[in-house]
Amino acid sequence: MELGYLILQMLVFPGLLFTAAAGLVTSWVDRKVTARVQMRVGPPFLQPFYDVLKLMIKETCIPAGTARGLFLSAPLFGMAAAALASMLIWRAFIPLGQTFNGDIIVILYLLTIPAVAVILGSFASQNPLASLGGSREMKLLLAYELPFVLAMLVPIVHTHSIRLSDLLAAGAVVAKPSGIVALVVAILCMQAKLTLVPFDAPEAETELTGGAYLEYSGPPLGVFKLTRAMMLFTMPIFLVAVFCGGIAFDQGWRPVLLGALKYLGLVVAVVLIRNTAPRVRIDQAVKFFWGPVTLAALAAVLAAFWGW
Amino acid sequence: MSFAVNMLTRSLNVFHLGGSACNNCDIEIIDTLTPRYDLERFGITLVGSVRHADVLLVTGVFNKKSAIRLKRAYREAAKPVLVIAVGNCPCTGNMFQQSYNWDEPVDKYIPVDAYLPGCPPKPEAMILAVVKLVKKLRGLTLPKA
Repeated sequence: MELGYLILQMLVFPGLLFTAAAGLVTSWVDRKVTARVQMRVGPPFLQPFYDVLKLMIKETCIPAGTARGLFLSAPLFGMAAAALASMLIWRAFIPLGQTFNGDIIVILYLLTIPAVAVILGSFASQNPLASLGGSREMKLLLAYELPFVLAMLVPIVHTHSIRLSDLLAAGAVVAKPSGIVALVVAILCMQAKLTLVPFDAPEAETELTGGAYLEYSGPPLGVFKLTRAMMLFTMPIFLVAVFCGGIAFDQGWRPVLLGALKYLGLVVAVVLIRNTAPRVRIDQAVKFFWGPVTLAALAAVLAAFWGW
Repeated sequence: MSFAVNMLTRSLNVFHLGGSACNNCDIEIIDTLTPRYDLERFGITLVGSVRHADVLLVTGVFNKKSAIRLKRAYREAAKPVLVIAVGNCPCTGNMFQQSYNWDEPVDKYIPVDAYLPGCPPKPEAMILAVVKLVKKLRGLTLPKA
């Protein structure tokens, strides 16, 4: 019974189905805001759903010389990890089950798996441009993980806990100066984690023609697109949970509305950065993350130790 | 109308397959995708890889050498894929018909779903071609041009 309830949570709410639907709606918000920034009308509300469903009816091409099993299973790893991370975050918002000690560390690991899946899939496809995209994705992963984990340390130092529900109970950490710096660092890392402009060198349409996803077609590509949409939903929700006090569902409609506004604010910040910045080269991105961003995150962690 | 046709016609990913065109048709294709015409309203987006394509926009004259690449690109595209011959060159060979290395128009190499003559065709004509193609696929009657 307990196990059945857990599987239901994983597959329906707040796991796979809920995250997929919410992610596709978020990617519609992304495309609509982008269109409005460019003075366009933008796609209809159901467009991301059509895009993914259309890929489900297309043929799956497997290029010659491909590591077949890895090529086809890599997208599934990514999707499963994104769904599981989203489920663990939502279990802290809604008392569906117990959160456990150290769940932030589990979520941090799970959130890197979609990027690892892209790397594996691109290397499995044997295409030189896709391999280039995969190697850039790997460098980017190494670049942003360090400041991202340092930024996560700030609320952990403030609350002396690595359990997500304790962080939520302690309130929003952005009220403190170190929290503001950590949030800015985390937003920059989120931008790179979602491989959006200015950190979209791994898939650079103009130079790598789709990069890591180059050889994918049909349902596996659809699963990759769905994973990207799910990450676009999960990452801002994670930052809302860790830095902004989360979304409270047990105190009437006002905190829910406030939480939704926090989430939408982060999404729109990501979309606006993506629409107003040019793409940086991969070496510039690595220098940026290991230089100023890591220093800022370190300063925030030290400030948090002093209680600021 | 089947589910597959419905989804395909609502989300067309376009791949631009240039075969040594003089660049006029290519520029008009890029014009069609600018904010002025905003084809994302209808779910039409440009993609960089032929594997992601639902529609191949073929421009230019395919001579004896580039026709091999044309056939290969068509083979690599994930089916179902539609082909639109954009401009006079892929439709007929245009003024290169007497050329030493020209063999046949594009529809002798790969199946073409829509012919779009013009040198170059206007963006409005391209949108009309896509509308006609979508309506043909959905089994509706064609508008009288």
